[in-house]
Amino acid sequence: MIEEPLIRVANVKKVYKTGDVEVHALRGVSLDVYPGEFVAIMGSSGSGKSTLMNLLGCLDRPSSGSYRLAGREVAKMNRNELAEVRSEVLGFVFQSFNLLARTSALENVELPLVYRGVGGRERHRRAAHALERVGLGARLDHTPAQLSGGQQQRVAIARALVGEPKVILADEPTGNLDSQTSVDVMALFQELGQAGITIVLVTHEPDIAECASRVIVVKDGNVVTDRKQVPRPARTESPSSSGVSVEKREYP
Amino acid sequence: MNPFVTIVVALRAVLRNKMRSFLTTLGIIIGVAAVIAMMAIGAGAKAQVEQAFAAMGTNLLIVMPGSTTAGGSFGGFGSMPTLTWDDLAAIRTEVPSVKAAAPQLRSNQSIVSDELNWTTSVTGTSPEYFEIRNWPVATGSIFTQADVDAGSKVVLLGQTVVERLFGSSANPVGQTVRIGKSPFAVVGVLDRKGQSPNGQDYDDAAFIPMTTFAQRIQGGLGKFLVGSIHVQATGSDTTQRALEEVKALLRDRHHIAPGGEDDFSIRNLSEVASAQQQGTETMTTLLASVAAVSLLVGGIGIMNIMLVSVTERTREIGLRMAIGAKPRSILLQFLVEALVLSLAGGLLGVAIGVGTASWLADKFRWPMQIQVDVIGISVVFSALVGVVFGLYPARKASQLDPIDALRYE
Repeated sequence: MIEEPLIRVANVKKVYKTGDVEVHALRGVSLDVYPGEFVAIMGSSGSGKSTLMNLLGCLDRPSSGSYRLAGREVAKMNRNELAEVRSEVLGFVFQSFNLLARTSALENVELPLVYRGVGGRERHRRAAHALERVGLGARLDHTPAQLSGGQQQRVAIARALVGEPKVILADEPTGNLDSQTSVDVMALFQELGQAGITIVLVTHEPDIAECASRVIVVKDGNVVTDRKQVPRPARTESPSSSGVSVEKREYP
Repeated sequence: MNPFVTIVVALRAVLRNKMRSFLTTLGIIIGVAAVIAMMAIGAGAKAQVEQAFAAMGTNLLIVMPGSTTAGGSFGGFGSMPTLTWDDLAAIRTEVPSVKAAAPQLRSNQSIVSDELNWTTSVTGTSPEYFEIRNWPVATGSIFTQADVDAGSKVVLLGQTVVERLFGSSANPVGQTVRIGKSPFAVVGVLDRKGQSPNGQDYDDAAFIPMTTFAQRIQGGLGKFLVGSIHVQATGSDTTQRALEEVKALLRDRHHIAPGGEDDFSIRNLSEVASAQQQGTETMTTLLASVAAVSLLVGGIGIMNIMLVSVTERTREIGLRMAIGAKPRSILLQFLVEALVLSLAGGLLGVAIGVGTASWLADKFRWPMQIQVDVIGISVVFSALVGVVFGLYPARKASQLDPIDALRYE
């Protein structure tokens, strides 16, 4: 049986109009992502990778073309339907963490479940579990100000994980972190990938992209390279030193 | 997003900037407090006026004798007697919409007890007078029609007069006082009645039979009734009819040709009372509308700060949208926040308004009535202000583009 791709982008174009000037951010991109893949999208600024990321994240709609996510055509959905898809299928990790200030790690992680209408007790349980999974089980009550940059990004990853999404989209997740912390965060992504979670990550750093199992390079609105690779382990020493407990689980 | 969580999130956002939230709601607080205090004092004043007019008598007409014309200058109503005792009898018997009528002959006289004396207003009248004015006795009894017929030397005293002549706790019933040179037996003491609308003490008065008054004080019972006649209509709806009927009767009896000028005048006290009430109502409405303007300004304050809040939290809005918040959830979140602000302001305003009204009432001895319906309306109205003025910022927040919002610095 041939597995259905989780993400199927077919001939997607995106045109922005700035006054009379038309900017072609994407000029007909096609790509499939299958469950369990760890994809790195690379490209310099202005290459169209952010636009692609926004489309994949259902934050924006393509000007033309088709985008099927988890079997649903999302290219023509309205704002409400897109919000629903984001809530059910996607988890986001941002460069600047985007945690709510003066709000505990636990409540930050609970947030996606709030919009899904999950009850308080269940929300607590699942958020605490997600935080344990990223190695922050002891810091549930800490606010972002009381956490280091790496820890904040792990809270953000827990927030992306808590809804058990089909895809985690990470936009330059190491962009605001020092090199050692970047290694820790990438090790976490690799562990999640080994656990069967599909990850799409945008970066411009080649050594970050090396950690993925597939690299897609975007240039001038076109995919110029799409290759599979053997991922380089983010951390050369034993993974247990990260203090991250990895849970093996099956994802559909 | 369930409503409880929405309210908690809104409360937290409001409490995060306590000073700002307080200053924002100040407009609402002042507006509601002003409405509550003004309405409480206005209602108190109205009730006082009502009470004062009820003390004068209900459905009351006062018939006064006409004016004299001497060399072109009018002497004013009451300067010449034109009403007769027969007029009084005719009003009592011939006008169906009249329930009772009683004369009021008045003169200031010195009353002397065994040890003390006091000058007060002495009124000559008939027993119906006390019925018309809703004025029962505290002790003893009202003099009778027999006393009037016989011209008995009996007197009813008001509370103030009793205090002046006998001391505050004395019971003078059965004792004798002198008015002028004649001794009068005290048959009763009237209930305390308080003040008239213009501050005159109703209790500083004494009452004797009208016949006795005419003979002893006015120097003889003649044809003319030297004073006025109090007429009570059968009901509030017949007062105006009673006025017209009495007028027609008196014109007929005084042989005034059609088109000729009345030689008497009739005052309708319920009209005076309702005019007074309208006065206080107008005042209350005026003050309340000033307060309503303050509420409006408060609403604009809320809109302003909500717009600031939306701008400040653009990234937060973007994040919430990215992780699955629908535009409606964002709209609701900011709307509830505006509602929490305005409702908190409303409730605080109620507390301050009630406090201010009580303090003013206490300090200046103003009457006041806290009105539950006004409190309810104020709270609902301030909530409404929150919703109306919160809608625009909330809509603005909900229509942000998540990509732009996430990138907002």
